[in-house]
Amino acid sequence: MKLQVLGTGCSRCRTLVERVKEATALLSTAADIEKIEDIQAIARFGIMATPALVMDGKVLFSGRVPTTREIAELIASHK
Amino acid sequence: MKTGGSFGAYREDHPAGWLASALGSWLLLYFLVLPRITDLGPTIIGPGPLADAVSFFIYEVPKVLLLLIAVVFGVGLLRTFVSPQQAREWLKLRQPLTGHGLAALLGVITPFCSCSAVPLFVGFVQSGIPLGVTFSFLIAAPMVNEVAVVMLFTFFGTKVAAAYLLAGVSLAIGCGYAIGKLELDNYLEEWVRELRAAAPEAATSPSPSARLHEAVESVRDIVGRVWLYIVIGIAVGATIHGYIPTGFFSQIMGDQHWWSVPIAVLIGIPMYSNAAGIFPVAQALLEKGAALGTTLAFMMSVIGLSLPELIILKKVLKLPLILVFVGTLAVGIIAIGFIFNFFFHGVHL
Repeated sequence: MKLQVLGTGCSRCRTLVERVKEATALLSTAADIEKIEDIQAIARFGIMATPALVMDGKVLFSGRVPTTREIAELIASHK
Repeated sequence: MKTGGSFGAYREDHPAGWLASALGSWLLLYFLVLPRITDLGPTIIGPGPLADAVSFFIYEVPKVLLLLIAVVFGVGLLRTFVSPQQAREWLKLRQPLTGHGLAALLGVITPFCSCSAVPLFVGFVQSGIPLGVTFSFLIAAPMVNEVAVVMLFTFFGTKVAAAYLLAGVSLAIGCGYAIGKLELDNYLEEWVRELRAAAPEAATSPSPSARLHEAVESVRDIVGRVWLYIVIGIAVGATIHGYIPTGFFSQIMGDQHWWSVPIAVLIGIPMYSNAAGIFPVAQALLEKGAALGTTLAFMMSVIGLSLPELIILKKVLKLPLILVFVGTLAVGIIAIGFIFNFFFHGVHL
């Protein structure tokens, strides 16, 4: 499973990376977590609001930082 | 969802109860606790300039932070009702002229952070909204926002706050309109133009508890990011307030020298926009003799133009367009400085 956190480097994006790590730990899933800061790469996903979470190429949410539990739920439900 | 019991328990079960208790605590702190700490300075140190500075500091810091928490929370909640997709649809529908005004107003409620304004800007450009209108948004986004509003009302009062906001919105509309007239679409980076037909992202409607959660997150994020700058700014302001003689800044930042406005703008441009702490310092400058227009121009250039934003924009806009953006905005800010120095000559607000 590949998880990509999109954000141009603001504090919200860093928070999201932390929570995504916590969420995968909660689910005991091995995931490849990548942070994408390049605006061009971010725009290619078609999102307008950062931070966003992409799982295996699919945008799970954008423009918000959900709780660790909600992130875990979303990852689990899209697996 | 079927992920096992451990995640099913989540969701704030009583958003209304949580909101009521948060509101209660805030009111208690603001109206009962805060007024009691004003006299602490003289009580601890005895009368004198140090006590003045200390009193100013220990009263202003909690006051402005409490106000900031309340307003950022409110705007954060409001923001959950305006999705980027909705904003984009609104901007598409408008005529160019009303579009500039609407774009400037949208800039008001977007986050106090250029790193979220730039992806939105790209999204607007991609969906075919005229370039000038998107620039109105890009200018208003950092300059006119909830943090600036709280800081201005706290440190300058209603008149200066209103002047700043009016000037900021006019600047966004005027500069955006001017940039649009120049028809510079060719100076967008190629990839931005290629993406113009990208598939639109679907909007979702969050639940009430998700909205509250978002509002709390924006308080955590924004207040967490700016509080230190504000504390430092208030400390510097308090020092100027207590120790610098009245009229000190009238020599260099008064309205008798026309060049003080462009110099203030030039100094302000490279300063980082995270400097919410600039407001208390600017207030102290004004109090000790700086002219209103010069002070406004200084604040606007610090907040409206920042190096980190320009670095991100460099990947979106080609150099000539960046120069036009910075140049137009700098000229606009200088004009606002002159206008206020002229009409408020010698006026003390």
